[in-house]
Amino acid sequence: MTTPVLEVKDLRVHFFLDEGLVRAVDGVSFEVQPGQVVGIVGESGCGKSVTMKAILQIVEPPGRIVGGQILFHKNSGAPVDLTQLSPKSAELRAIRGAEIALIPQEPMAAFSPVHSVGAQVIEALKLHERQWRPSGPPLSRTEARSMTVDLFRSVGISMPEERVDAYSWQLSGGLRQRAMIAMALSCRPRLLIADEPTTAIDVTTQAQILNLLRDLQRRHGTAIVFITHDLGVIAQMARYVVVMYLGRVVEQGAVEQIFHEPKHPYTRALLKSIPSVTVAPRTLLPTIAGSIPHPLGRPRGCPFHPRCPDAIPGLCAERVPALRPVGPTQLASCFLYNRDEAVEP
Amino acid sequence: MSATSWLLDVRHLRKSFPIRRGWNRKVVGAVAAVDDVSFTIREGETLGLVGESGCGKTTTARCILRAMSPTSGEILFRAADGRVVDLAPLSRAELRPLRPQIQMVFQDPFGSLNPRMTIFDNVGEPLLVNGLRDRRARLDRVADLLELTGLRPEHMHRFPHAFSGGQRQRIGIARALATEPRLVVADEPVSALDVSVQAQVLNLLLELQTRLHLTLLFVAHDLSVVKHISDRVAVMYVGQLVELATAEEIFRHPRHPYTAALMRAVPVPDPHAPSGDVALSGEVANPANPPPGCYFHPRCPFALDVCRTETPLIREIQAGHLVRCHRADELVLTGVGG
Repeated sequence: MTTPVLEVKDLRVHFFLDEGLVRAVDGVSFEVQPGQVVGIVGESGCGKSVTMKAILQIVEPPGRIVGGQILFHKNSGAPVDLTQLSPKSAELRAIRGAEIALIPQEPMAAFSPVHSVGAQVIEALKLHERQWRPSGPPLSRTEARSMTVDLFRSVGISMPEERVDAYSWQLSGGLRQRAMIAMALSCRPRLLIADEPTTAIDVTTQAQILNLLRDLQRRHGTAIVFITHDLGVIAQMARYVVVMYLGRVVEQGAVEQIFHEPKHPYTRALLKSIPSVTVAPRTLLPTIAGSIPHPLGRPRGCPFHPRCPDAIPGLCAERVPALRPVGPTQLASCFLYNRDEAVEP
Repeated sequence: MSATSWLLDVRHLRKSFPIRRGWNRKVVGAVAAVDDVSFTIREGETLGLVGESGCGKTTTARCILRAMSPTSGEILFRAADGRVVDLAPLSRAELRPLRPQIQMVFQDPFGSLNPRMTIFDNVGEPLLVNGLRDRRARLDRVADLLELTGLRPEHMHRFPHAFSGGQRQRIGIARALATEPRLVVADEPVSALDVSVQAQVLNLLLELQTRLHLTLLFVAHDLSVVKHISDRVAVMYVGQLVELATAEEIFRHPRHPYTAALMRAVPVPDPHAPSGDVALSGEVANPANPPPGCYFHPRCPFALDVCRTETPLIREIQAGHLVRCHRADELVLTGVGG
């Protein structure tokens, strides 16, 4: 086994609200191998975005990382535990944007409206110059500009020489997201975090952006953590899938296993309840009973037990199941497979 | 189908918005948000209206509800007493007696309920407005409506914040049904919901429709959702209707290249499924400055010279299958199975 790019171990992020404690992320572990696309999927409140923010150390107060490790393996040298770095430290700022880049959900909100998109990519290139180009003469403006034009061309922006001078509000949603991808890739990151990158985009443009990401990933071998609520997008993009529910990993494994042999009752029910274009029209969908509990009213025991059709009386409501292997490359946290192993509260 | 079976008959509906520029807000052009759209909805059926953002689907729905006035065209509605009324030119006062017959379910379950009113007041308001002054009778009716939509009637004195997104959407549906409407317009009613809750609300709409013999105009951008609920599906692109057929037919044998592309762009939740290799190039045309000829030609893989110059007309290519494409007869397009 090669060394992973990222190892998240028992990560806990809690929010200390006046109303009480919200365990937004409560014991999440997964790994990202070099060049691998790992999908994190879950419904609202499952903690997928907070996990992303914890990796980049941008969790806003009253949220705080209260436990666990996030080990980032650079090209050389010892792994860095990102949770130990101060969010404002030079060391972390050198990693953020250069070695771990983010493609946010809303490119409109991510770009500054008063600077051209090109200027913002050039800024990133110059800011992180020593990370992506350890030696050589300082980057000149003309060189940075021509690099940005090349980047824009590589992400499929037509007329890149003109578009570098455009402002984000002059671009369409698809072009804006392409410019964002160009910026994220500008410093050749080892790890790319894509947080719902196509949620705000129409379906035909989404297909283009997903194709582009797949193509760039193949060409550069960048590892990607792909966060989405859309199981269709996950199936098309990820090799390895982490399914989350209420701050915990319920199941993780290779994409084929998750979609064809789901083990956890939540994964199974979720897959059945997605409307599909391939079924007969006007058919009732299998549903999951109830709704996602309020984060402050999280159930005791396994977080899914009140909605679970297979809940074991006296066990699932009392104890929290541990994430244990259920197949060669598949883990699930469910007492149906491992009756004895629980997580200590 | 018999000629009398329609409930709503939309004919040549147009809605354009002025583009204003400069300090004196001078009108410099117009966006044709809805551009000559015609369709009928039969009694008891669900028509799904799909398209990407900016295609005019919501504007069409709002014109039918007369939340806005159409620029031209007719919206013929068969009222409860059997009269056929054209909603398009009516004034507010004239619309008033017809309003209870056409109701709406909104997209955002958080924004569409008044947070300072209890569920009883939210759902009961359409009843009060329409003359049911007796509180006792309103309480009974609201209790029935909540039960109908799968909510507990004893919760009716709570406020909206105490409910989850899915429950609020049920409340919104209960409110829409309060006046026993003949037509319900649902604009993206499940797009703000999580997958596991979305399925519940879709099932509820399907069940209610069969039980109450509702007629539904279901507006959505998500083709898979539309397929689950619709009898017939209409596809819009840049303000125009490009294809209309039964759900079965349009998914199996789409005749317009845009419909086919839209279907294949939906990511299928199966890692073995072929993934979007046929993605369309380019982006949706600007409705303020649409391309000449067929609006879809710059993105269409099958475009010919005629498509660049002549605007295709919508025509019936088969019984009940309308399509707006010059080459609809010769093209063989693949749909999605089912």
